[in-house]
Amino acid sequence: MSTVSTHEKRVIPDRLGTPFRRILASWEVLLFAVAILIFIFNSLASPYFLDAWNLSDATFNFTEKAMIAFAMALLVISGEIDLSVAAIIALASTAMGAAAQLGIGTPGLVAIGIGTGLACGIFNGVLVSVLKLPSIVVTIGTMSLFRGISYIVLGDQAYGKYPADFAYFGQGYVVWVFSFEFVLFIVLAILFAILLHATNFGRQVYAIGNNDFAARFSGIPVERVKFILFLLTGVMSGVAAVCLTSRLGSTRPSIAQGWELEVVTMVVLGGISILGGSGTIGGVVIAAFVMGLVTFGLGLLNVPGIVMSIFIGLLLIITIAIPIIARRVKLMSSR
Amino acid sequence: MARLIRKRETLLFAIIVVMIAIFSTRAADFATPENLAGIFNDTSILIILALAQMTVILTKSIDLSVAANLAFTGMAIAMMNAAYPDLPLVLLILAAIVIGACLGAINGFLVWALEIPPIVVTLGTLTIYRGMAFVLSGGAWVNAHQMTPVFLSVPRTPILGLPVLGWVGIVIVLLMYVLLRYTQFGRSAYATGGNPTAAVYAGIDTGWTKFLAFVLSGALAGLASYLWVSRYAVAYVDIANGFELDSVAACVIGGISIAGGVGSVAGTVLGALFLGVIKNALPVIGISPFTQMAISGAVIILAVAFNARRERNRGRIILRDRAAAEVRTEAAA
Repeated sequence: MSTVSTHEKRVIPDRLGTPFRRILASWEVLLFAVAILIFIFNSLASPYFLDAWNLSDATFNFTEKAMIAFAMALLVISGEIDLSVAAIIALASTAMGAAAQLGIGTPGLVAIGIGTGLACGIFNGVLVSVLKLPSIVVTIGTMSLFRGISYIVLGDQAYGKYPADFAYFGQGYVVWVFSFEFVLFIVLAILFAILLHATNFGRQVYAIGNNDFAARFSGIPVERVKFILFLLTGVMSGVAAVCLTSRLGSTRPSIAQGWELEVVTMVVLGGISILGGSGTIGGVVIAAFVMGLVTFGLGLLNVPGIVMSIFIGLLLIITIAIPIIARRVKLMSSR
Repeated sequence: MARLIRKRETLLFAIIVVMIAIFSTRAADFATPENLAGIFNDTSILIILALAQMTVILTKSIDLSVAANLAFTGMAIAMMNAAYPDLPLVLLILAAIVIGACLGAINGFLVWALEIPPIVVTLGTLTIYRGMAFVLSGGAWVNAHQMTPVFLSVPRTPILGLPVLGWVGIVIVLLMYVLLRYTQFGRSAYATGGNPTAAVYAGIDTGWTKFLAFVLSGALAGLASYLWVSRYAVAYVDIANGFELDSVAACVIGGISIAGGVGSVAGTVLGALFLGVIKNALPVIGISPFTQMAISGAVIILAVAFNARRERNRGRIILRDRAAAEVRTEAAA
């Protein structure tokens, strides 16, 4: 450490400069490089990879999960977590299926799907921010409750009769190879990026995640912000449920099983600290692409789904471990 | 405080007794000793896993990989049994415990050495271990006819009216009681979760304690894997899917604080029995088994709310007492 001479005039800058090297070393750029590497590797490994329609199909691997991941990112930044998202999809899908059997049209189904998500989000939000229960256990409970209700309704049955125009959300294309889901994914990414990085609300989310106590003392309505975040996560799960149900054209209680893990992995891979307080939506977007490319590439190589989940699990642990190990090494070498 | 905890356990015990009484009005032979012994036997595996989970939760961590660990280890020893029928059973059980402990040690190492949050580590290893079970077996099943008769019969052998499986459960409960109450590790586990900073000042290696808790959890999951595979006479990739949630549920119902440091072996056992009684009663009273998932979800939420209320009350009382003491000293001065 060099000592600063007391004669020098010390200036505290309003904002730290962003030298080129720091940008290069940032998580997002690192992740982007990984995405490009995977892209190159995939196109070498399989002749079917570099095809506009194949790549378009590949986006379905991550668009629905990414929609939830955006909301989850905000939740994780604020220091909470929602493990019930996949169960919300199951419940929302079941509600839509039941409504479809009664002959309700597409607009009604979408409203019911998103409405169910909203209701589940409110339920989680009340438990965490009003009753002040720890979100990890609460959402493990609601995960079991929401999916359990689907099982009570459906048992070993399935709903299938959806109206023909309902298929648009999961199977329709806006222009050329760009599916409705992909366009929705981009729009939501932009909206969430604005919400998190350019609004008061976004700054409050960071403040709560960094120091929830200090945030409270600086007049941030901590409980209300957390409530809104749970509500938002519920709504996004509802939106994902509409897309997924429309894409599959059927509902079983086991729909989207295990997605909570993939959504959390996407969020953490995107550079959101699991301890809260830092991360960007841009990172989550790149992480979505990385995960989509990995699963698509492995799929082209005929790797079974459950083996892919090993890669996802490894990806989750390794991406969290690397910065920690890097920091340790840096600390040791600086001594 | 000891009285408060005892109150929780007696309350839970009373609820279980009342539940059994109600169910026996619907089905006359529900409360017979044979049936109750059957329920205990049936719940033994959950009790063992819940005690494993409890040890980890006490240290302010969580182990979501117990069921995946069970699936992998169960598959490994079932395949060993099928491939080498001459291997003595003791060796297989030992292998199960060692494999389980190794998987637990991986979790523990990541939590201890790299300080990655336990929920992230075990969410990751949960998929990895289950995926490894698939890689190991190639998706194939190991069926009853491939297993040796000894492998299948030992946990079913009745001693004094209770099968060995149930006795193993009782032995583990007693061992865990002694371990958590009377050994240095047990006290360190409570201290690590109760107040990590104070524990460090008291000379406790909190990271090492967490590591040991995960190893113990893995070893118990390994033991449970043999019991599971032998009891259901089949091993496949998806065995015990979602069972990690049941183990967490049993702990939460039993009054184990998810924030660590609070809870007793008796509470966990009663929490597991509570779930076991419901699970066994549903078909008896004619309710679809599909409702079980929703019921355990609702019970987890209620139990967490109940725990939180109790903890908050305790916090308030401490504050009030301290404030009162300060006021008193000020008045004296």
